[in-house]
Amino acid sequence: MQALTNRALPVDRKPMSFWEKLYLPAVFKGMMITFSHIFKKKPTINYPEKQRPFSPVFRGLHILNRDAEGRENCTACGLCAVACPAEAITMEAAERLPGEENLYKEEKYAAKYEINMLRCIFCGLCEEACPKDAIYLSETFTPADYQRKQFIYNKNELLIPHPKENPEAYAKALGNRAAKGSVNA
Amino acid sequence: MFLSIDTALIIEKLILIVVVVSISLVVAMYTTFAERKVAAVIQDRRGPNRAGPFGLLQPLADGLKLFFKEEIIPNFSSKFLFILGPALAMLTAVMTSAVIPWGDKLHLFGRDISLQIADVNIGILYVFGVVSLGVYGIMIGAWASNNKYSLLGGLRAASQIISYELAMGISLISLLMVTGSLSLKEMVVQQQTGLWNIIYQPLGFLIFLICSFAECNRTPFDLPEAENELIGGYHTEYSSMKLGFYLFSEYINMFVSSVIMATLFFGGYDMPFVNEANLSTNVAAIVGVVALMMKVVFFLFLFMWVRWTIPRFRYDQLMHLGWRILIPLALFNMLVTGAVILFLDR
Repeated sequence: MQALTNRALPVDRKPMSFWEKLYLPAVFKGMMITFSHIFKKKPTINYPEKQRPFSPVFRGLHILNRDAEGRENCTACGLCAVACPAEAITMEAAERLPGEENLYKEEKYAAKYEINMLRCIFCGLCEEACPKDAIYLSETFTPADYQRKQFIYNKNELLIPHPKENPEAYAKALGNRAAKGSVNA
Repeated sequence: MFLSIDTALIIEKLILIVVVVSISLVVAMYTTFAERKVAAVIQDRRGPNRAGPFGLLQPLADGLKLFFKEEIIPNFSSKFLFILGPALAMLTAVMTSAVIPWGDKLHLFGRDISLQIADVNIGILYVFGVVSLGVYGIMIGAWASNNKYSLLGGLRAASQIISYELAMGISLISLLMVTGSLSLKEMVVQQQTGLWNIIYQPLGFLIFLICSFAECNRTPFDLPEAENELIGGYHTEYSSMKLGFYLFSEYINMFVSSVIMATLFFGGYDMPFVNEANLSTNVAAIVGVVALMMKVVFFLFLFMWVRWTIPRFRYDQLMHLGWRILIPLALFNMLVTGAVILFLDR
């Protein structure tokens, strides 16, 4: 019979020699192997203290963006909700009233904006669909809670921190974004 | 020595008993931690490092967890024996430490305090007897569980102990032929002045080592508690602190047999290359205790090292090794030792 590959090795069925029958040299060899592993570098990363660097295209939880003056970018056009394959996004639009120009960038805004994180598949299609650069996926990735209803994130939980009132948190949230943008561009 | 029992002696011995028992408990506790750490580093992991600095509080957390677990006594078990099992396992594990010389004597409050609870002149026989009693804890617990897997585990434990006790005993006989004494203290004193017994009895030590692995139910011989085929073996039905007692007594047994091996073959509390006679009594005693503990730590590490290297035997291999290799080997060792002693006329 012809072998399919020539990588097959015949099994060694020679009777064991005296030294092999003693087993102790083999045991000792095995123990040396395990001992050498004590000094090997551990691949584990101490997770909460240290984090593995993310891929630049990592897709985590969503963030609703503001512009530099702290005005919300979202115009409630609904393109993200249409693009969403998991139908995780719902929104209600409202008209900007006079005097609210410092809150919303354009005349229409999202009065209610909810993402169901249990439905979301983190595909990032909402980010691609958005014409106003209002939604993007961050690097936050381990949401944990005690109740299912807590996973329906509303606008307060999704909005990026205000750049004027909380510049540090804003810079931090944007920091992840900047790295991502540079690769995409 | 004539029998002089005064109050001070009783107090002294009581304190010593409390100290020795609590030290062996603490050592056993941290052996569980060390086991997990050694397993981790051998497998290129980090091991427990969350509870306290470097995970040092992990054994406390484990103990606490076991205490808070629900206590389940199956209603088809015989309740008295079910509770007696782990108690007996723990009791026999701790009892062995009574005859071990932990060090030379301390000089405190104008008294010479011997760091040995009881210098029995048949010390090693006592240890031997108590260790073989230890299997009753396992057997009784296994029988009382009224569960076929537990029963199989108990059966395995019993037959394993019988097979390996024999070889262990014979290897000890050849050691006794060399030392001419059954007292552990006497053996240590001999090794302090002369050479360590490992020089005279290398084969005897090897047999003793393998047998003590078997007696402690440690890994190549952990058939009584085989997880995969017996679902935990004799402690299948156990939960909460009763399970904890079983697991814990295994570690105390490990500690005690490490001490015994160090005492019998590696000079006990004898610090190599140091002449204890030149030091003051107390310093010599402390040096001795430290030396003994260093040897014990090495043996404990050896136990773990072997555990994470060698897989479990098949049952027939276990029996084959015990009856057809170790016992003839031990007999041969005894014969050679006897012949050499006769020839040299010592």
